[in-house]
Amino acid sequence: MLEVVGLSKEYHGANGSTTAIAELSFSVNELEFVSVVGPSGCGKTTLLKCISGLLEPSSGGSLLRGVKIVSPPEAMALVFQDYARSLLPWLTVSGNVGLPLRRKHAAAERQRLADEALKAVGLSAFLDHYPWQLSGGMQQRVAIARALACQPRVLLLDEPFASVDAQTRAELEDLVLSLRSRFDITVLLVTHDIDEAVYMSDRIVVLTKQPSTIRDTLDVGLPWPRDQLTTKAMPMFSSLRAHVYREIVEAHRPRHLDAAVADEQMVVRPGVS
Amino acid sequence: MPPAKVGGARARSGLDRRWAAPALGALGIVLGLLAWELAIVGGIVSELDVPHPAAVVAELGSLLGGGEFWTQLRQTMTNAGIGMAIATAIAVPLGMVMGTVQPIRVALGPVVEVLRPVPGIALVPLAIVVWGPTGGSTIFLVAFGCTWPLLVQTIHGVQSVDDVAIMTARSFRLSGLSRIRWVIFPGSLPYIATGLRICAAIALIVAVGGELIIGTPGLGTAIRQAQDGLALEEMYALIVVTGMLGIALNLAFGRLERRFLKWHPSQRGAHR
Repeated sequence: MLEVVGLSKEYHGANGSTTAIAELSFSVNELEFVSVVGPSGCGKTTLLKCISGLLEPSSGGSLLRGVKIVSPPEAMALVFQDYARSLLPWLTVSGNVGLPLRRKHAAAERQRLADEALKAVGLSAFLDHYPWQLSGGMQQRVAIARALACQPRVLLLDEPFASVDAQTRAELEDLVLSLRSRFDITVLLVTHDIDEAVYMSDRIVVLTKQPSTIRDTLDVGLPWPRDQLTTKAMPMFSSLRAHVYREIVEAHRPRHLDAAVADEQMVVRPGVS
Repeated sequence: MPPAKVGGARARSGLDRRWAAPALGALGIVLGLLAWELAIVGGIVSELDVPHPAAVVAELGSLLGGGEFWTQLRQTMTNAGIGMAIATAIAVPLGMVMGTVQPIRVALGPVVEVLRPVPGIALVPLAIVVWGPTGGSTIFLVAFGCTWPLLVQTIHGVQSVDDVAIMTARSFRLSGLSRIRWVIFPGSLPYIATGLRICAAIALIVAVGGELIIGTPGLGTAIRQAQDGLALEEMYALIVVTGMLGIALNLAFGRLERRFLKWHPSQRGAHR
């Protein structure tokens, strides 16, 4: 469905060039939910922008159903972390959701699609409100509805729940999971939250620190449907979580420490036991 | 001068707040008139140069009753209004383009920087050569004086638009023109509104000044004629009128901002 092939991104600044992403390749299958996790500052957001065509990669790129992506394709929708900045404060909730539809649809159809999307996220009662009159969680629902109204086949989520409280976060996670199965959407989620990645995904891609490459890919294998209480109470959930955590901690550790640890392991200590 | 601000009264009850500003404003005006009267009584200014406030207020009353005053007021407002409309028609679209297209901004930047500090009054001879002592001269001066601050405000406004909002619009495949229409223009409106408010004051100042110097019909010319005829009460009454016009314009633009920018954080508390 979505293929990332040898994607690299370099930034050329005053102090030479930095490689943010190096030769990254992975794919997301039809209807799959894939999370990309990595240490903070590893260029996850940059990766998502490159995949969607908002940023031009330095080399390589991404394909949607075999077609090279150069700008955000019809079948793709994005949800950004910063709902307060991504929703337009001068438009009402339904105006925001309807905005991307202006290009293709007449007013009545736009209204219908917007209403439907807002109903799906449980915000039918707030059509005429302004985003800033709503709570953070509700605003992010509006952003999700706006993506949904475009009837995307692939949804790209950039840290979508990072700015809301824990309970709202859990609700939004479940909302996205239910929307995904209801509307048959393939999802690529970028997050730094390991629990979230394990809870929501079919597969997790773990990145290294910059320059980002793939450190590991693992199948989650937890049974569907997932549930905040029972799924997270499973021993398998904890072991997956611990596994990903270890990978990220190791990915984050500077290389000279890796060497030090390796040296340490060579030393035979006088045992106590 | 605008009336006293309400800031300090924020915590008080709604009724208090509603009356505090006008009451304090009225008090300020009364004190100002009192100081004026005392300056004459105390001999600081000569009665021959500055008439009593009561006489000026009385003259103001009779001016408002006469038809000629309203014609002059209309002429001044027309000059200021047309000049401002021309400035807006030039500055806002140009500012949108300069704000969005970096090469154009860089190319036109020096031209703007050179023209911006030119005082409008320095162009009086040019205006007279081209339009003579007609309204056109004053309109030109107003348009010139208003274009630059509004252009600079618009450019700043465009650059203040959140890049996440623009990125979002791009991600939803909005065309360049739709991005300007739905994201960049509304996003820069707060800056444009401030620019228009600044320009309204400039337009009034330049219109009256232009009329006064060039002699195109309007309040400025009326002030000069009153001075020539030694009708001091009338001269001061007309000066007071221009001040009141300034307040009225400021209030009108403030009202427009509340109406069109109710989404903006600075206005959200203002409407209930």
